[in-house]
Order: sequence, then structure tokens, then C-alpha cells
Amino acid sequence: MFPFSAIVGQDDMKQALMIAAVDRSIGGVLLFGDRGTGKSTAIRALASLLPKMRAVTGCPYSEDPEFSHCDPCVCPKRKSRLVPVPVVDLPLGVTEDRVVGALDIERALVHGEKAFDPGLLARANRGFLYIDEVNLLEDHIVDLLLDVAASGENLVEREGLSVRHPARFVLVGSGNPEEGELRPQLIDRFGLAVEVVTSKDVKGRVEVIRRRDAYERDPAGFAKKWSRADGRLRRRIVKARERLDDLEPGDEILAKSAEICMALGTDGSRGELTLMRAARAFAALADDEAVTLEHLRQVAPMALSHRLRRDPLDESSAGTRVERVIERVL
Amino acid sequence: MAGAAPLPSSDADLVRLLLAINPDGLGGVCLRGLSGPERDAWVQGLVKALPEGTPWIKVPINVGQDRLLGGLDFAATMAAGKPVFARGLLEAADGGVLNLAMAERVDAATAAIVAQALDQRVVRVERDGIADTRAARFGIVAFDEGLEDDERLPEVLAERVAFRLDAAALADAGDVAAIRRAVGSARSRLAEVAAPPAIIEALVGTALGFGIDSVRAELLALEAARTIAAWQGLREVDEAAAAAAARLVYAWRATRMPAEATDEEQHNEEEEPPDEDDDETRASNEDELPDDVIVDAVRAALPDGLLEALAGDPGPRRAASGGRSESRTKSRRRGRPIGVKASTDLAGSRLNLLATLKAAAPWQTLRRREPAASSKRLALRKEDLHVTRFEDNVETATIFLVDASGSQAAQRLAEVKGAIELLLADCYVRRDHVALIAFRRDAAETLLPPTRALARVKRSLAALPGGGATPLATGLDRARELATSVTRHGRVPVIVLLTDGRANVARDGSTGSEAASDDALKAARLLRAEGFRTLLVDTSRRPRPRARELAAAMGANYVPLPFADAAKISATVMSNVA
Repeated sequence: MFPFSAIVGQDDMKQALMIAAVDRSIGGVLLFGDRGTGKSTAIRALASLLPKMRAVTGCPYSEDPEFSHCDPCVCPKRKSRLVPVPVVDLPLGVTEDRVVGALDIERALVHGEKAFDPGLLARANRGFLYIDEVNLLEDHIVDLLLDVAASGENLVEREGLSVRHPARFVLVGSGNPEEGELRPQLIDRFGLAVEVVTSKDVKGRVEVIRRRDAYERDPAGFAKKWSRADGRLRRRIVKARERLDDLEPGDEILAKSAEICMALGTDGSRGELTLMRAARAFAALADDEAVTLEHLRQVAPMALSHRLRRDPLDESSAGTRVERVIERVL
Repeated sequence: MAGAAPLPSSDADLVRLLLAINPDGLGGVCLRGLSGPERDAWVQGLVKALPEGTPWIKVPINVGQDRLLGGLDFAATMAAGKPVFARGLLEAADGGVLNLAMAERVDAATAAIVAQALDQRVVRVERDGIADTRAARFGIVAFDEGLEDDERLPEVLAERVAFRLDAAALADAGDVAAIRRAVGSARSRLAEVAAPPAIIEALVGTALGFGIDSVRAELLALEAARTIAAWQGLREVDEAAAAAAARLVYAWRATRMPAEATDEEQHNEEEEPPDEDDDETRASNEDELPDDVIVDAVRAALPDGLLEALAGDPGPRRAASGGRSESRTKSRRRGRPIGVKASTDLAGSRLNLLATLKAAAPWQTLRRREPAASSKRLALRKEDLHVTRFEDNVETATIFLVDASGSQAAQRLAEVKGAIELLLADCYVRRDHVALIAFRRDAAETLLPPTRALARVKRSLAALPGGGATPLATGLDRARELATSVTRHGRVPVIVLLTDGRANVARDGSTGSEAASDDALKAARLLRAEGFRTLLVDTSRRPRPRARELAAAMGANYVPLPFADAAKISATVMSNVA
């Protein structure tokens, strides 16, 4: 795995992923833009940055021993252990039965038992579900994901099985808008969105190639070289999580968030809530004392630009529109 | 460095040699052009140069995802009485070459799956109750037999292969088998070849100069340079190896000439604060020479016509929008599976093994007790059989033909743009492709060939200027040509004409409303003769008989919208087209 801290530039992309790792309630991250900009690399690298979590031993959904959503929990609850936070890759060509889980066919045929074989949604519980080439995902799989992402649980009623299990995951997607647009319902599931563009700076690109080359030639050695930097980032995430509760945004921040969202005409309160939470996580990551307007300014484009309704006569990009409003309001 | 092996003199031979040494590192090659003895001979030569027993896996155009990724093995599953996995073609190609036939028609889903395997060097299978990750390190040899400019290897694959060769220019290199052993020893040296910083900087600078955006191209060029060095027995990539690699990898990717870029670069460097560490400063001083050498190498490899075309290109605009994706292949999508159903009639359908097994599973204990049953074999009954249902989704391509002439007042044009924007949302829901043609002054211009990237439609719409005369007939002709091409691609075209029906430029370019109107009516009748579905939205302030007449000649639904706003146009169009 290419280390997160070894990724050159692309600060917005890295920042968005870190924010999502600090506060899961923000919702996922959508990365879209040019090919070959390291979108998938960054998301896969995120896995090793995340601090481990405590999970019930043997639980197919990695539930928290303190608070299990399984009803009833059938695992012998006595033991738990630290496990890596799952970052589950939804590969192209995935079939529905593997996403939601299905009858365990081998046990059914060989032993005549009716058993549930959990799918990727079960594995992604409490972690991240990553969809590469999100625009190419089949519509019926998208429907499934939207349903589960909204309710936080996966309800399986098929092949004579009736299973309900927790599936609370953060959706992370990457894609190229040239391949076709995303459904608005799917875009709405992503808390933050970042447009990733190729750097035209020679020095930056040279560094990208050098590190990539070093990694290809000696993956283990390269990972070791960057493990300290990754460790620092990990500690920052842990510390930021602890500090979230202390950072209650003041009235001014809330008022300005509302004003920005109103000026941009984003629907519903989701935009406001995401903006506020992202600003708080950003402040926590920066180890600042309070949430300030500067934090709001920094995260507003990634929290809001994908929520704008299209104005056919406005030719400027969503990002520019957000920045314009921010200049006016703040 | 002693005894450096000479490089083959022709590009075709050099590419073949490099692929034989390092197929997965280099991603592969796109062989563009029709099949012929030259291509066959070249491929045979590659097979002979690859180490003995290297997999060579052919992928037919209609390959299913189950074969590509792997899935349940029907015969083995039935014999064993439990699920048995059959490995897919990607896994079978591990360590060798995946050969894509008719690569210009590969659909987007297949291309993306192959691209994902090329990136990750493994194939992840999550299908039919199987979850597994298997090694899949391979290079591709793509036969791209597209004739038209818009028929070509999908961009996701094109950007992951190092090379492209003209299939007609290939040749038999004679006794390639002799180099097999040398290929083997070059392979063993490959991991040891180092790339000096100056070389990396020169390769990056060259790529940017030629308007190549993706970092992947630079990585492939570096890998090609290292492969060349390995063949020559060098421990370090030298200037000549880098120049040869850049020529092969960059020339066909170039989107502009480097002259203007060098200015930009120097400009950048001047702006850069001088606080870089010594190491880097030295490196960038050293890179001046190889940079020039490499640029010259690429320039020499560009075909003449392309050179002029690139020089005429106003700037890196094309590159900024993601390379050559505007001419991405549009392949026909086949039906996609939408579910399974029980069926005792298997004729013409595809058996769904997983569903069949699931239906049979609960009964196995009972059925095994029956006297005739074998204890091991699966007892399947006719009523267990399930088939996959496919939705043969014939796709629609909506062609917007927009009158952008002066008779459309500026505000009116803005409303028309608004209406199209709204329609795009509906097109999105129906997964339509959308194309945009505008006519004004003396010409009709296809602003956008059929695409699903609605963001691009919006962009070109926003940039559409208005004003000038009305060459209606030329616009209609252009729409007819595009609709014909859409049909060729297996889609159903729908033409939406937004105009006030007033024409004043005839086909031959002469002005005068009489001849122009005559020509428009003729062009309209041709549309009807072809049987295209059409809709005319009359955008004039007051509905005019002229537009109605035109609609009749086209066989179009006529919608007068004197005072309509965008939402109303959208609603009307949808009810007429859907």
C-alpha cells in the first residue's frame, strides 16, 4: 500500500479524507477529476491511517462490544479485539448477492443448511465503502447502496432468508465526470466533494514520479520510510476526534453557515450541517482553540459545491460560485 | 556497461522487444488499423520472443463479466455437488498478455474492469457467492480496428498502455526466437536499473511540454526507459534510452507542440522562491541538455499532418479537458442482466447456475433418499431451472439542433439554453446520450458528438454565441448525418429542433429567404424519408405557419411555445419524446 503521507500535493483531496476520518457523521467523500491523479491511491492509503477499533471477536459485522446493533447479538460477547477499520473496495462487476449477502450456497448444497453468507455491506460496517469508477456502477447496485446508506442497516429477504444486520459505512467514491454524470441522489450521499486536477508544476510531478518509482522498486522499504509521517497523521486524527466535543461552534459560525447556504440556495439542512461539522473537524485537525470563520472558509467549497442547483445561465463553475458567496458573506 | 546490446532499428521491433521483456510494467500496446498479415506476423514474433509458456489470452469482443472475472464452473459444480470456481480470463493472463480483439468496440464496463486490473495487478472477484483476490499481472495487446476517428480504444485503456503502433506499418522481424534468451536475462536485470533524477526531470518536462496531462504517461515512459536500459545491460537509464522511450510513449499522446510550453515552464521556475535545497537545484541545471534531446526525439516521431494540426491548436485547452476523451469510443452496450426467473424453457436463454442451485439446495436431502439417486451427485429437477433475464436496452441519443441565428433574440436564445439544460436532467434519468448542433451565419457546427457527459453539454451550451443569418437547411442536413451515424452505433436518434422556422441562407451559401426556405423544406423531407423521430419547438414570439409547414415536412411533432419558459418547453418535449 502506497503511504498516505507520501502523496505529493493534492492538499484538498487529502484534507477531505482526513476530515471524513475524524468525523464519520459528515458522510463520505467524492473525488472526481482528471485521470491518473492518484484518487484511488489516496483512498486505499487511508485504510492504514485509521486507528484500530475494538470489535466483537468473530462478529461478521465487526460490531462494537459496548454497543451492538445486532438484534439479537448471537456472538458470545465475552471477547473483543482490536481490528483495523475496514476499507472495503467495491470492485467493478460485483454481483448483487455479494453486495448484500446471500444464501451460503456451499453449505446449502453440501450440508442442506440454510445459512447467511454476509456480503460487502456487512464487511464495511463501521468502516468505509469505496467505489472506484463510481459513474460506472450499475443502477441496481446504486439503488441498493442508497437504501442501505440511508437506513444504516441491511435487510436481506431472499432465498428464504430473512436477515437484518447493521451496515453503517462511510461512502467514498472516485470517478471521472467525462464518463457520465452521477445521479443526484447518489451525489447527495457524499458529505464532501473535491475536484482533483493534474498538477502542471514540473517539480511536483518529478517528485510524484520519483516516489512512485521508489515505491515500485521496494514497496516495503518505501512504506517503512514513510511510516513515521503516517504515524504523525494517525495521531492527529485520534487527537482531533477527542477534541471534537470541545469544539462547539459559536452562534456567529452557525449564523454564517446558514447565510452561506441560503445565498447558494442549497436544499435542506444537510448542507448547513455538513459545513458546520466539516469546519469543526478541520479546526480539530489544526489543533485550534475554536471554530473560526477562516475554518468555514476553508471547507465551504468541498462541503457545498456539489449541492448547488444548476443555474443554466450561470457559466461559472460550482466552486467559483461558492467562493463568490463566501467573499460576500464573510 | 560492456557489451551493450544494440536496439532494433524500427519502432515496431523495439516495441515488441520491450513488451517481451516487461509486458505488465509497460501496460501493453494498441495496434491501430485493420488486421492483415503484417499484424499477424508481428504478433507471432512477440509470442516467440516472450519466454516459453507465457500465457497469451484472447478476449473476444462479446466477453461476459463472468468469463472476464471468473465465476461458477457449470460442469465442475454439477459433478462435485458443490460450488466450483472457474478462473476468469484476467487471472489466466497473469504473467503474460491479454489480447483484446476489436478493442474499439469494447464497452465501457469491460474496459474499466481491465483497466482496474492493470492498475492493481490483481483481480478482485465478488460474484456468485465467491469472494477472492487473485494475481493478474499482464500487459494488453489491443487490436484497434476502428476506421472513424470516434471508433478507438477506450480512453481508460489507451492511457494505460505505453505504446501505439500503426498496424499497417508492422513487419516481420525475421528470427525473433533467437532473442528469447536475451529477453530472459534483460528481465532479470530490470529491477536493478536506476533512474537518475535528471532523467526523471527531463521526462516530466517533456511530457508537460507536449501537453500530456496524465502522470501515467510519465511513469510509462520511465518504465520504458528502464526496460531499454535493461536490454542494453546498463545499470542506469541514460539519455539515449530516455529519448527512445519518450519518442515511443509521448509522440502519439501529444496534444500540442512544446514551444509555448517552454516559456510557461521558465516562467514557473522564475516564480518559484529560491529556497529549494541544493540537491534539486543541481539536478535542474543538469536536466537542460537531456530535455532538449528528448523533445527533439518526440518531435521527430510525430507524423507531418499531426504536427501542423497541433501547431494550429490555440493552446492546451484540449489537454485541460482530459486528453483526447472527446473522441472516446462509443461502443454498443449489450443487454444487461436485470434479474432471474424460473423457467423450464432454456431455449435461447442463459441458465443462471447460482439461482438454479439455490432453488435445488433445500431439496437435496430429500432427493438423495430416492432410490435412483446417487449420493454425491446433485439431484436437479426441471423446476429448479432459472434463467437470467436481460434487458436489451436500446439507447436513445437526443440530438439538439439549435437555431442560434440573429432572428432568435438574445433573450430567446437564453431561454432555449435553459430548456435544454432542464431536458438534460431528464436525459440523465433515461441514460440518454446527448448531442448538440448549432447553426448560424453560414454554417452548422456539431458542438458535441453524442455523449453521456452532460457536464460537457452544459459547457458547450454556455459557450454558444448567437447572431447572424439562418442556414436552416445546412443545420437539418447536419442533423441527418449525425442521426445516421447514431443509428450505425446501434442507438435510436431523436432530433429536437429549436427554431422560429425562418431561413435566409440556402444550402449553396446564397442569401435570400425563398431559396433558403425551399432548401430547408427539402432537407426536412429527407429527414422524414429516413424515418427519424423529430420534434420541432417553435420559438418565435408568435407561432408562424412557416415553422408548422417545416414540421409537417419533417414529420415532426410541432410545439408552438410563444411565451413559454424553460420549464414548459422541457415538459412538452418530454411528453412528445418519451
